Amino acid sequence: MENGFLCRDRFQDLLEALRSLGYQCIGPQVRDGAILFVALVAAEELPRGVRDIQAPGSYRLERTAGPRFFGWANGPQALKPLVFAPREVLWRAERAEDATIRFIPELPPPLRLAVIGVRACDLAALDLQDRHFLGPPAEDASYAARRASLFLVAVHCSDPSDSCFCASTGDGPRASTGFDLALTELDDGFIVESGSGRGAQLAASLALDAVTGDMRSEAAAQAEAARARQRRRLPSRDLRAALFARLEHPRWALVAERCLACGNCSSVCPTCFCHAGVETPELDGAASVHARVWDSCFTQSHSYIHGITVRSDTRARYRQWFTHKLGSWHEQYGRSGCVGCGRCISWCPVGIDITEEAAAICTGTGHD
Amino acid sequence: MGEPAVMAKKPRVAVHKFSSCDGCQLAFLNLGEDLLRLSSMVELVHFAEAGPVDPDAEVDIAFVEGSISTAAAIERIRSVRSRSRFLVAMGACATAGGLQALRNLADGAAWVADIYAVPAELDLLASSTALAQHVRVDLELWGCPVSGRRVVAAVRALLFGVSPVEEQDKVCLDCKRSQTVCVMVTRGLPCMGPVTRTGCGALCPRFGRDCYSCYGPAENSNVEALGRRLEGVGLSRTAAGRRFLSINSAAPPFTEAGRRRAQDHE
Ligand code: SF4
Ligand code: SF4
Ligand code: SF4
Ligand code: SF4
Repeated sequence: MENGFLCRDRFQDLLEALRSLGYQCIGPQVRDGAILFVALVAAEELPRGVRDIQAPGSYRLERTAGPRFFGWANGPQALKPLVFAPREVLWRAERAEDATIRFIPELPPPLRLAVIGVRACDLAALDLQDRHFLGPPAEDASYAARRASLFLVAVHCSDPSDSCFCASTGDGPRASTGFDLALTELDDGFIVESGSGRGAQLAASLALDAVTGDMRSEAAAQAEAARARQRRRLPSRDLRAALFARLEHPRWALVAERCLACGNCSSVCPTCFCHAGVETPELDGAASVHARVWDSCFTQSHSYIHGITVRSDTRARYRQWFTHKLGSWHEQYGRSGCVGCGRCISWCPVGIDITEEAAAICTGTGHD
Repeated sequence: MGEPAVMAKKPRVAVHKFSSCDGCQLAFLNLGEDLLRLSSMVELVHFAEAGPVDPDAEVDIAFVEGSISTAAAIERIRSVRSRSRFLVAMGACATAGGLQALRNLADGAAWVADIYAVPAELDLLASSTALAQHVRVDLELWGCPVSGRRVVAAVRALLFGVSPVEEQDKVCLDCKRSQTVCVMVTRGLPCMGPVTRTGCGALCPRFGRDCYSCYGPAENSNVEALGRRLEGVGLSRTAAGRRFLSINSAAPPFTEAGRRRAQDHE
């Protein structure tokens, strides 16, 4: 629902309104040469005029004199670390005097977070993480606690990067669902829409102007331009059959010659959820902390089962990542695991491009 | 369930030194409160830098720092091995020959002649090698120096009677877990993280610099692909090779990747 127009110099009002509801704001800021989502207090901290120039294996920021806060596509992470923490303590174990062991579950601290500036691809990825962590048979308590605390303020993408291909996966560049508020950024301010009851309530508390017809047509043109600008694409939204028919395609060995098996792609991928359990006992053995940490299908231990490493070489590991993400996710979660954010392309140190690999593997017979 | 065998009595622990800088022993000494707790749980029978000296003692766990660089050292490591139930190679010198293994790739005798007034007084082997090339090693803790956290984890696992967990993934994983921004992708720095084993918690990238691989090769390291990438971010072929020929030059995948490049003329 369209609520009105928020002038650029009133943006701070939005942050104050969220704070008065008990939320800590998290928003995009320039840190160490990238856009990171960190604690946001004042609108002046937003990356005004900043643009991102992305290419396979490369990410650079550029400052312009432009007025916009959100004229960039994305950084290495957005929502994933906020809900699926890189290291989450799940329980502690304590040994009592009588040598029995007591397990004490841990939950993350009850912080209410409002995240400003999430993208359509981030919301689509969050929906997939929800299906994984909250779906039957069991809900993950830590994820659920973090997830329930989120208030999401989306910004429709006006400036996709050269790595983006969300139009091809059907997940962007316009956010259609999953947000409390969504903003369309124009030079003078923001068209505000709400996507939830609490979003609508918050919008009603802001001093908004009327949205004009000119603003609406500018917003529509901007969305169309953002879509048209994307050059990468996947061959289809469902590559399951194509991939599983080509498990012996020679391309897997070629990509393995280039791949470092470093796990950067899966770490930045907003839908990847693999993790490892790490036990850290006290030196005296009286207590121990059990944590879940991000893992990757590119590590040896990830495919280790008693005495056997199932995927010992990079060819098998890359193929696992790829065929799971674009193939078997359909069976598990009813769609592909790729939302077209392009992060795995930009943040791969050697610039391996998932769209290029998909085209090479899935088009043709696989026997050439 | 009975107590693991190693817990039967207070385990006896020795810390030995070979060719090294003592930095890994310092990692022990820097454990702070954990060192006090440790010394009440085990009997530290030999640890020259901390006090007790009894190099020939029979022990349950021997931590060994340093590389094998002299003929006498070969005899001594064999003797340590025969007196130790569990032998831990600690640090880059012990696991890969250390910085001093650079002489393996050069004319070591010429270097000695350049530096020492009476070279004949030195009884040096032609190469500096890892402990595992001379005796059976039960566990390798990589790093220059090792991390105290790894030492504590190893001792704890052995006291429980289980094998310590290997940490052999790439530094990149810890870099991403700590949400550090990649210095290679954003600044084109020649980071060795994609072929280096974890253990340090991505210390260098967290401070904005490129990893120089003080923890040595990770499992399944694609040194060729990284070598090409280092040239791609602007290093000459020789300079890219030198990135592999540093603290862990004698670790086999690094020796090969480095030699192929460093010895090509530009
Ligand atoms: S596979 Fe790559 S492009 Fe697709 S969602 Fe993951 S990081 Fe983004
Ligand atoms: S595809 Fe790239 S980011 Fe992923 S494991 Fe291989 S080298 Fe690393
Ligand atoms: S900075 Fe280095 S260690 Fe970190 S992700 Fe990049 S290449 Fe890997
Ligand atoms: S980042 Fe690399 S060089 Fe730095 S401490 Fe870690 S392993 Fe050593």
